[in-house]
Amino acid sequence: MTFQYFVPHPYSKAFLELMTRWDRIIAGFAVFIGVYSLFHLHWTRIRRKAAGWGYSIFVFLGAFITIAFGLYNGGEAFWHDKKEGTMFDWLFLYIQVPAGATIFSILAFFMASAAYRTFRARTVESTVLLLAAIIVMLGRVPVGALISQYIPLAADWIMGVPNMAAKRGILLGVSLGAIATSIKIILGVERQYLGGGD
Amino acid sequence: MINMKNKSIDFWILTGTLSLFALVNLLFFLLGRLSFSWEGIGTMIAAGLTLAIYSFLYKDNPTFKVVENLYVGVALGYTVIITWFNALKPDLYDPLLVPLFTGKHAQYLLLVPMFLGIFMLLRFTRRLVWLSRLTFAFVIGLGAGVTIPNYIHTFILKQLEPSMRPVFYGGETLLPSINTLLILLGVISVLIYFFFSVEHKGPVGWLSRIGIWFLMISFGASFGYTVMGRMSLLIGRVIFLMRDWLGVIQ
Repeated sequence: MTFQYFVPHPYSKAFLELMTRWDRIIAGFAVFIGVYSLFHLHWTRIRRKAAGWGYSIFVFLGAFITIAFGLYNGGEAFWHDKKEGTMFDWLFLYIQVPAGATIFSILAFFMASAAYRTFRARTVESTVLLLAAIIVMLGRVPVGALISQYIPLAADWIMGVPNMAAKRGILLGVSLGAIATSIKIILGVERQYLGGGD
Repeated sequence: MINMKNKSIDFWILTGTLSLFALVNLLFFLLGRLSFSWEGIGTMIAAGLTLAIYSFLYKDNPTFKVVENLYVGVALGYTVIITWFNALKPDLYDPLLVPLFTGKHAQYLLLVPMFLGIFMLLRFTRRLVWLSRLTFAFVIGLGAGVTIPNYIHTFILKQLEPSMRPVFYGGETLLPSINTLLILLGVISVLIYFFFSVEHKGPVGWLSRIGIWFLMISFGASFGYTVMGRMSLLIGRVIFLMRDWLGVIQ
């Protein structure tokens, strides 16, 4: 696949598309490993009557109802194309979306409380971190501009210059690491992904 | 004794909140605030889920745990169905299995990923677990092969290019030129900070220290940005409760 990139021939491109499609199909099967793993975990909890086992029933309930409506596909069955506006979409719109958004929004409270407990300007570096965080937070809300017109500008500058420079440095390091690991895998030096040690 | 008393208080708080929620929704349906339709019922359920999750801010409680587990189940079911409709059906079922059983021309080459996919599921067996290694070797090999040129192109060359811009094009103000130099300094100093093959002393030590400063600013900025992202989600949920469910704001 590495050589394919350097050969811009239609056959080469078609080969890449074929491999990507195969990868997508295999990834589709991989989902069932995740499903088995989660069901196995919660079924074991129920079977052993572990603490809070009753809540695991709701995992099965949610999954089976969603899968059942998904397969029913608004009366057209799953072997036809997906129909819009079915009960499956309703479950997504009125259960998954609000519950997901609320769970992520609740993190705002935890982050605020964790920041209050741990953020202390003890060293110069931690003071820099604290200041950057405060400026970016204030720069994203109207009250920041109300305090000073320069706060949103400073927030944009932090995001666009020092933040981008650091992110770019990290990204370059990560990329070089990923390439080195890929070469090790291709040459057979790295074989831990097969589960048998080195 | 105190624990028993706390449990009793929690029970009454839970019962009272659930009853109040039921009463409010009953009133909304009777007054026509919520319609007797899937949309109205959906709004009521979404409001219930939102409040149940926020109840965790008071204390870990049964309603939160029920909703948490229900969410995991629904998300799992959604992933399964979307995987079927977006990947397995168009890429495997329609071009291979349907023609195979209807006597039309099937894409037999797709038997390879199909069997590789099935081999992966054999990871749960004891005797045929070795077959799953074929799949993992294929997927990891494919990923490694694709990663090398893609990473070089996207994350190295494309990232280096704007880091090495000329400081002066001519005609521009001083600030963009300073920013260009700062970005270059930031990238080099952060890379030096992560370069452990040389002892961080002397000029390398100074550059590495500048790298720490850039990293600290970046971590602070990322933290602030994430907090504000979560805050906007929180505002979204409060607007939903106030406008769509209670109807107290327009």
